[in-house]
Amino acid sequence: MGSSRGRSLVLFTLSTLLLVSIAGGFQSDELLQDDEEFGLEGGRPAADPALSTPTRPPIRRRPDPDLPSGSPDSKSVQFSLEHQFGGSGFFPAGTFTARLKSWSHGGQTLTKLRFSRNALTEEEKGAFERLLKEDGYYTIRVPSNVLNAPGRDFVISSVRARCIPRESLDEHFIIHTDGVNIVAVNYGSAGACQYPRMLKYPAKWSFTSFTVLKNSEQAPRTPTFAEELLAGEDGLGEGVKPPEKSFWAKYWMYLIPLVFIVLNAMTQAMNMPEEQTAGQSTQAQRTPSTTVRRR
Amino acid sequence: MSSSHLRPRTAMAIRARLGFVIVLSLFFSATLSTALYEDQVGLADWHHKYIGKVKHAVFHTQKTGRKRVVVSTEENVVASLDLRTGFIFWRNVLGKNDHIDQVDIALGKYVVTLSSGGSILRAWNLPDGQMIWESTLPVSTPSKSSLYVLANMNVGKDNLILVFGGSSIHALSSMDGQIVWRKELSIDSLEIQQIFQPHDSDIINVVGFVGSSEFVVYQISYRTGEVMQQSKASFESGFCGEASLVFDNLVVALDASKSSLVSISFKNEVINFHQINLSDLVPDFSGKVTLLPLKFNGMLAIEIASSILLLRVKGANELEFVEKISHPFAVSDALPLSKVQQAFAILQHDESKIHFKVKSDNDLRNEILKETIQMDSQRGNIEKVFINNYIRTDRTHGFRFLVVMEDHSLLLIQQGEIVWSREDGLASIVDSTTSELPVEKEGVSVAEVEHNLFEWLKGHLLKLKGTLMLASPDEVAAIQAIRLKSSEKNKMTRDHNGFRKLIIVLTRAGKVLALHTGDGRVVWSVLLPALRRSETCGNPFALRVYQWQVPHHHAMHENPSVLVVGRCGHGFDAPGIFSIVDSYTGKVQNSFILEHSVSHIMPLPLTDSTEQRLHLIIDAKLQAHLYPKNSDSLKHFFNEMPNIYWYSVEVEKNKIKGYSLESKAELDTAEEYVFQAKELWSIIFPSESEKIAVTATRKMNEIVHTQAKVVADQDVMYKYISKNILFVATVSPKAAGEIGSATPEEALLYAYLIDTVSGRILHRVCHQGAQGPVHAVVSENWVVYHYFNLRAHRYEMSVIEIYDQSRADNKDVWKLVLGKHNLTAPVSLYSRPDVMVKSQSYFFTHSVKSMAVTATAKGITSKQLLVGTIGDQVLALDKRFLDPRRSVNPTQSEKEEGIIPLTDSLPIVPQSYITHSLQVEDLRSMVTIPAKLESTTLVFSYGVDLFFTRIAPSRTYDSLTEDFSYALLLITIVVLVAAIFVTWALSEKKELKEKWR
Repeated sequence: MGSSRGRSLVLFTLSTLLLVSIAGGFQSDELLQDDEEFGLEGGRPAADPALSTPTRPPIRRRPDPDLPSGSPDSKSVQFSLEHQFGGSGFFPAGTFTARLKSWSHGGQTLTKLRFSRNALTEEEKGAFERLLKEDGYYTIRVPSNVLNAPGRDFVISSVRARCIPRESLDEHFIIHTDGVNIVAVNYGSAGACQYPRMLKYPAKWSFTSFTVLKNSEQAPRTPTFAEELLAGEDGLGEGVKPPEKSFWAKYWMYLIPLVFIVLNAMTQAMNMPEEQTAGQSTQAQRTPSTTVRRR
Repeated sequence: MSSSHLRPRTAMAIRARLGFVIVLSLFFSATLSTALYEDQVGLADWHHKYIGKVKHAVFHTQKTGRKRVVVSTEENVVASLDLRTGFIFWRNVLGKNDHIDQVDIALGKYVVTLSSGGSILRAWNLPDGQMIWESTLPVSTPSKSSLYVLANMNVGKDNLILVFGGSSIHALSSMDGQIVWRKELSIDSLEIQQIFQPHDSDIINVVGFVGSSEFVVYQISYRTGEVMQQSKASFESGFCGEASLVFDNLVVALDASKSSLVSISFKNEVINFHQINLSDLVPDFSGKVTLLPLKFNGMLAIEIASSILLLRVKGANELEFVEKISHPFAVSDALPLSKVQQAFAILQHDESKIHFKVKSDNDLRNEILKETIQMDSQRGNIEKVFINNYIRTDRTHGFRFLVVMEDHSLLLIQQGEIVWSREDGLASIVDSTTSELPVEKEGVSVAEVEHNLFEWLKGHLLKLKGTLMLASPDEVAAIQAIRLKSSEKNKMTRDHNGFRKLIIVLTRAGKVLALHTGDGRVVWSVLLPALRRSETCGNPFALRVYQWQVPHHHAMHENPSVLVVGRCGHGFDAPGIFSIVDSYTGKVQNSFILEHSVSHIMPLPLTDSTEQRLHLIIDAKLQAHLYPKNSDSLKHFFNEMPNIYWYSVEVEKNKIKGYSLESKAELDTAEEYVFQAKELWSIIFPSESEKIAVTATRKMNEIVHTQAKVVADQDVMYKYISKNILFVATVSPKAAGEIGSATPEEALLYAYLIDTVSGRILHRVCHQGAQGPVHAVVSENWVVYHYFNLRAHRYEMSVIEIYDQSRADNKDVWKLVLGKHNLTAPVSLYSRPDVMVKSQSYFFTHSVKSMAVTATAKGITSKQLLVGTIGDQVLALDKRFLDPRRSVNPTQSEKEEGIIPLTDSLPIVPQSYITHSLQVEDLRSMVTIPAKLESTTLVFSYGVDLFFTRIAPSRTYDSLTEDFSYALLLITIVVLVAAIFVTWALSEKKELKEKWR
């Protein structure tokens, strides 16, 4: 289903490209550039929501230093990440930077997420070591709304501290957004977390962060079979009709006895000549006796 | 196979013998019907009808013929009961929010009900309950409304029904419900108290209060509603709003301080007030008074502290003390015996006895009738009594009493005996659980066996006749009777198939009842003392029932027990109630009021050494309390403490939060069983665009048989199986109302799959143009949810299946054989999940009341969805119809796998209604219980009615059908053996003959 849609999408883009290229080379170039730019911004297609594929790969972004080209309908927003080691309060740990894109239909989406982690202080390092020892929770939080960050609520996520250390401290963020709101942040190790969790210290006390921004997927439309409905009320009956069984599946219970009977008959047929000869021999033996009696 | 329910019975019996054939045919069949034959109804299922706690009752006994009583109940049922037996003649269940205010009989043939805050008036035909007419009254503000049926007009004329509430009166024709006139008495804040009609006049008197200090009397024309006369007067101390009409020209009211009575007499536009000091009547009076809303002529009843006083009104300023009755008690309305005489009943509790007294207002010192009956203590106190009279054989007045008890049961008492009783508390089940029956004991008497053997043989011979179509109609009836009341299914012991169990239900009245699955009879019942109103706990209510102790290894000699959790009062911080009840006897083993509140109850998968299940109760302050409180449970708990997580859904705040337990550093002896919660994660849905509509989780006791799913072309997909999966559906706030309140553009529905340990959102999907009500069910690795699609104008069901990709490379058979796979390695939910999601939506014709899924002992049998339809029936829908992998043209291998070609809507096969022709009125919930037999699930559904049946989603492939003729099999074997011997003898003979030749 998805692949066929994807194929049709490709077909559509190709055909539009073809059309546009027929119309004039200059315009086609612009379209390509536009496409590429959106691709850079995280694969989000142009404003038309009908074009969006149902299963979009998550936008994977590593902190990279290059600045985005400023566009009029997007602005930069910042929100901070705070962390907590066990029971104590939350402390600033880093900053997320993203571009807020406004769409013509009124919606806003976050794109181009970047993250810069503050270096761990000695104190924080000590706290983290303690957490590792007691197998405690390392908790982070981000504001639930990126626009007026301070007054808003916070979405929280935790992980067992022992899941994080590998070579360095590897962390992985998935931020689920809905417009300017952050619904949830899923925080965890970059890969698997072994169980039972072993106490292990990282070689390097710095964070390697991976961040992913996720929007909700669109559910596929319910398939409608107008032609079947038009064809008549047997549409439903046709739908629930069992799949046609193979000959063997249908009649095996008759076939097996049949085979047995045939086999039986064959063995009997094989025995028959012997019996006949045997019978003949007895007859042959008997006949002289009768002749003897007659005599 | 799809039409197998049409096949002849004998063919089916033969098929049943070929058990393995059916197993094989499972793989080829597309639709499996669970239909049954007409003569199978009632074999495995039972259906009990209830009505709920009675609020009003009107007797209809004047005419000859059927004596009946018409009642309305708190479950919004209006019903007509047979006075002789208590059976239901007819019954109508109104909508959920259509509360009945009053019920009466008009014209001697219509039952009139006023409901929905005085805005709907309906008339039902008295003999059969058909609706005659319905009228909607334009009521601006919902207020306390009453009904007044003018009874004493000429028979045959169109009588009027008056409905009054607030400041307006409606007069409706009782023939067709047309509004004849409507009068808005144009005074703000008028509260009409009473309407009455002086004998044989065309004038109706209306009395009421304006504000808190003014009393008004209107005289209104009966024909037109015109105000003929109007008078008012104010009383400086003010009124509290309670009043009782004593005579046609005298009202007794309570003053604003509720400490003294005011008698108001009115005649010809003159209104006089007389304040009556209660301390004159009652010497040691103090505190507040309430007027009992009883209809007495010339009398009134007031309640002081814990007793009631009956007062007789002699004149405008003269009251006479008649009798003092102390709690618990019930007083009936007055019943006119003749034009000058009326009677009323006083019922009083004395431990386990109830004293009945009927008094006449002519002679208040003596009783017309005095009776005492013994009452089952498990019914609690009397709540209400309705009285009715009849003429005895000796021409004196006899009385019957319809009594509503504290446990919501209804009894009819006559001549000092309980004529019938109805256990109507079962109409309001709050929660249920099951318990196994005791194991059968050794030493059954021989006589019983012989008797059984004879019966058994006789029964089977009859059955044999039936199968061979030799039985006469009488014998067919006898066969049916034997099958229906087979003693086998009603035994009080455990059976091999696990069909016989006890269903333990908790009702809203705080009563716990054990129902036998064989026929639904009440095995025992107990009105929990902790859930009764008391000094310490004013407003208790029942919350849940859990299995507390299920002995099977260590404590075999002990009976299993259940835990009932309640709460004192409706606030979240109200203290909790704990009660432990023996499952076999109903004896309360332990009961106490907790020191903390109850906001969340978690049965843990741990038991202590006596097999008591550990329960963690979270209070409103987010403290976790461990029960049972003993060192053994604490020891078990500490082992698992780091792995205990829970979540809370805060619907008002649009938040879901996850918690774990804070590890305790120092052990305080007093607080040994109390633990602090630590917030681990939170999900905040933006309040401007999402609102939590429904949450659903897997059943904790569900068993999944296979972790992998073999798909076409020998590929394997691993199910993402986690007990901690939570399904949440949110809708946009605009679309949270009724269907049609939002446009498709405004309506959005988000579906989430959340891991409740780490708080990860595993999947999030948005349905555009969809809105609630949402119903969802989660099982294994899938969730099915039902909602309305505004664009398609139809209901829809969606399925999401979630698969684990991280184990997808475990496909190598050699690895499996050599044990080099990692399938048994522990999985941590803190690992980043790698999941794949498949989903699909289908149209579904019905709206849904509730949804459930079948559960079997080992999880091998395929699943069916149970859908409680709007028509109060239960539909079993095969899960394979809700397979996201259905496609329009399945490949050959997919067909062999059993994938049904894609259709846009789900089929509703009439044969797949498991309730067949019955309706479970006001269906609220369906509970599935696995039987020991893998193929079978027990289904218990409840609402106002109870329905129980057992279903086999893939047919009973592991047992012979119930009607299988063992006698036929035996005879066949005997005949065969005999034939062998005969032929052997014959052949011997022949051989001998041959040899002698």
